[in-house]
Amino acid sequence: MPLHFELVTPAKLVRSEEVYMVVVPGTEGEFGVLEGHAPFMSTIRDGAVQVFAKEGAAPEIIQVRGGFAEVGEKGLTVLAEHVEA
Amino acid sequence: MPSLKELKGRINSVKSTQKITKAKQMVAAAKLRRAQAAAEAGRPYATRLSAVMASLASKVSGSAAPKLLAGTGSDQRNLLVVVNTDKGLCGGLNSNLVKAAKAKARELLAEGKQVEFYLVGKKGRAPLKRDFPSLIGGGFDTSTVKTPGFTEAEAIANELIALFDAGKFDVAHLIYPTFKSALAQDPTVTQLIPVPAPAEAPVADAVVQYEPGEEEILEELLPRYVRTQLFGALLEREASEQGASMTAMDNATRNAGELIQKLTIQYNRSRQAAITTELIEIIAGAEAL
Repeated sequence: MPLHFELVTPAKLVRSEEVYMVVVPGTEGEFGVLEGHAPFMSTIRDGAVQVFAKEGAAPEIIQVRGGFAEVGEKGLTVLAEHVEA
Repeated sequence: MPSLKELKGRINSVKSTQKITKAKQMVAAAKLRRAQAAAEAGRPYATRLSAVMASLASKVSGSAAPKLLAGTGSDQRNLLVVVNTDKGLCGGLNSNLVKAAKAKARELLAEGKQVEFYLVGKKGRAPLKRDFPSLIGGGFDTSTVKTPGFTEAEAIANELIALFDAGKFDVAHLIYPTFKSALAQDPTVTQLIPVPAPAEAPVADAVVQYEPGEEEILEELLPRYVRTQLFGALLEREASEQGASMTAMDNATRNAGELIQKLTIQYNRSRQAAITTELIEIIAGAEAL
């Protein structure tokens, strides 16, 4: 089962796709989110979100600044104020 | 009766005016499409943010609530953040906004409260200054950038929050145009600071873990929420300006067309009259011989 990952900025919906895993730079440390993660919410620090499209694949790195991540039933949503792809 | 030459001149000048209004209308139509797309693209972020806000705000309440949510405990000093456009040629949009702002200000003043204005955009300054010369506070100039984006919204929000933290005002209201269609843009007044407590949040079905705590997240979230609100207002303003401009210019073009038609008829009649007079003169002259 893939994880549904959304990356949203105020200007637009940057990503909305099915991925294997996403590593998010939380304020209290990085955390990886896989399918079936428990509901979770965290603020994020400025850093890189790593998106693993497939298991073992090289991560795609997206720089984000300011925002927070939410893990719910529907998957992972990262709300960031600035994104540098 | 104006001479033929004068009429010709007037027709030409109205024609060039029509060219300008027509060009402006087409530009506005193209820009409107872009502005609407931008407003739509910004919606997911706003909806998600308010959903999260709602679920958090219901959990953190009472004395633990941050100042941006709970307020200063008073509502004596009010700040009216009025979002106007920078350019004219957009019909009654700005005067409607100013009217709404004045009404709100009068209402607050009648309740014995203090009012100050914070103006975004150029076009509201003069008419508001005429009525409330002493109440104009700071402002933010958006005319330096082509399309105001999130950076501008951020700058405005940061300034407002700094003012709030410094205790310069208790309540901030945001007045901006809501884009309904190219024909209708309604001025809207909403409370910006303190952030109005959201309506009852949907009951969380699972226990959500927060990192760091709920309060810390909420504290992070509130300035973001204010920023998003302002960003939304800027987007709405952009769409409203283009929509209003398109309608106004469409009307102007049509009016110019009517005027040209009227003047042309007058011109032709005068010409005919002149010719007829000349003919009569010639015939009368020939008969006299």
